[in-house]
Amino acid sequence: MSDLLAVDNLGKRFGGFVALEDISLSIAAGERLGLIGPNGSGKSTLVNCICGTLRNERGSVRFAGQAIDRLAAHQRTHLGLARSFQLPRPFVSLTLLDNIRIPLLYTVEARGTRHSAQSVVARSEQLLSEVGLQDKAHKLPRDLTQVEMRKLELARAMAAEPKLLIADESMAGLTHSEVEDILTLLVRLNEQGVSIILIEHIMRAVMSFSRRLVVLVSGRKIADGEPNEVMRDPEVERAYLGQ
Amino acid sequence: MRTPIFLLISLLIAAAVFGAAIAAGNDYIFFAGYVVMQYVVLATAWNILGGYCGYVNFGTAAFFALGAYSTVAIYKYTTNNDTFPIPIPVLMLIGGVVSGIVGFGMGYLTLRLRGAFFAIATLALAVVLETLVVNWEYVGGSRGAYILRPETVPIVGNYVRYLFLIMLLLAVAALTVARLIEHSRLGYGLATIRDDELAAEASGVPTLRLKLIATTISGALMGMAGAPFPYYISYLQPDSTFGFDYAVNSIAMALIGGTTNWIGPLIGAVVLGTLQQIATVTISSAVNLLIVGLLLVFFVIVAPNGILGLVHKYLRRKPDDFVGRRRIGIDAPEAAPQSVPGTAPGPSL
Repeated sequence: MSDLLAVDNLGKRFGGFVALEDISLSIAAGERLGLIGPNGSGKSTLVNCICGTLRNERGSVRFAGQAIDRLAAHQRTHLGLARSFQLPRPFVSLTLLDNIRIPLLYTVEARGTRHSAQSVVARSEQLLSEVGLQDKAHKLPRDLTQVEMRKLELARAMAAEPKLLIADESMAGLTHSEVEDILTLLVRLNEQGVSIILIEHIMRAVMSFSRRLVVLVSGRKIADGEPNEVMRDPEVERAYLGQ
Repeated sequence: MRTPIFLLISLLIAAAVFGAAIAAGNDYIFFAGYVVMQYVVLATAWNILGGYCGYVNFGTAAFFALGAYSTVAIYKYTTNNDTFPIPIPVLMLIGGVVSGIVGFGMGYLTLRLRGAFFAIATLALAVVLETLVVNWEYVGGSRGAYILRPETVPIVGNYVRYLFLIMLLLAVAALTVARLIEHSRLGYGLATIRDDELAAEASGVPTLRLKLIATTISGALMGMAGAPFPYYISYLQPDSTFGFDYAVNSIAMALIGGTTNWIGPLIGAVVLGTLQQIATVTISSAVNLLIVGLLLVFFVIVAPNGILGLVHKYLRRKPDDFVGRRRIGIDAPEAAPQSVPGTAPGPSL
């Protein structure tokens, strides 16, 4: 079976600073992958290279059997790659419902499924209720708490009906039960067939969610495998968790 | 409200305005009204890029002048070759096409720039184009160009009335286009660009394409507003045609009215434009800029979201959640046009 996402020898520099070096990574359809690493290890840069916010200088990114290195970010989204941002980036002048409506209008419709205005609204409402924001559908993002912002961010990524969802630290700052909520949400999404890359610092969440764990340190991949084994890896312990 | 009905009502209002101007029995009203209508078009056009999409364009004068100089070039050609003069509506279409193409080109070259950098680039465009025109002998160069206009036209009579009528119709057209964009998928896309381009791309919005559409439409409308100008002024000179006041006025009008909605620039242009015309007659034409400056300062302090923002704030106190409900109504059968729609923070500079 071919991989859904295949990153091959990816390299990215910012001036003289090597942000990513020779990263190879593949994800099968339906997989649950955890991506961890200390701050500044290149996790977000990797996500940005995969999603098209940044262009990789070396190596290649293939998605669903197609090279996507030269595609603009929105084209990658159309192919089925969705992400949430580390710091929530809602559309501040649009209501929550309209925030969710954007990917429906621009991504789902670009794939050829036309919906009536009513069904788009119904679908947006459904997505909002999945993250528990249905009561705030007509509010603006500025009326939300930080936690709700993160939920909105996830709901908007889900609205694009992705094949692969990259959740970039979507649980930072959340309470125990809120982390559980989001994990449940992600697992449910995964059960519907969506592959998920979870980037997270909350180890409890990562360990319970991931079926495979990848560790980045200083722009290099130092481990990739079954989570418990990876955590026992002496190099990971040394580099990531400290001596 | 469906677009044809909106158009019909707008045309009826335009007809009433024209009728009232005739009833007033003073031709100066047409002369002054032309300028106000011209600013309705310019402010509306500016707002399509500046308000909806958040890209501040300081090059209004460039697009306006392009339209005007297309007319001059064609006028020179027809008089030199003794061919039949081309009617103004056709000249407007030509001016629109020329400015639209330049708008597209400018967009392609500059839209990778954001914020103040984009604004500076558009300012530069005006300077470059002015230099070209000044050195273009055929359209009069720095000496300017004279246009001899007929005294009267059939049916309408007086030529200034005719020009006013045309500009009134163009204003209706511009407002219809703006309203159509605002309530469409394109309008939502432009709003996401204004709010956050990265997030827009991540949601699948083809940001560069939408920005190009916006610069093209905005530029084309400005060019159309400029095309009849040589006939209005009869002596066209690069200095004044590329004047910075077109840029400042169209921005100020949109900001004073409110930028997130098609009504905003209309209100702003009518209020500010009329004030300027009155000041020109009663005090002096130099007071115009003072008025613009003072009003801008006032609005930035008191009502940063413009007149619409003020009205909206007042309405919001009563029913809960006015913004939300109005926004939803956009796609569903539409709410009454008179209701003041949901506004949001203005364009980010």
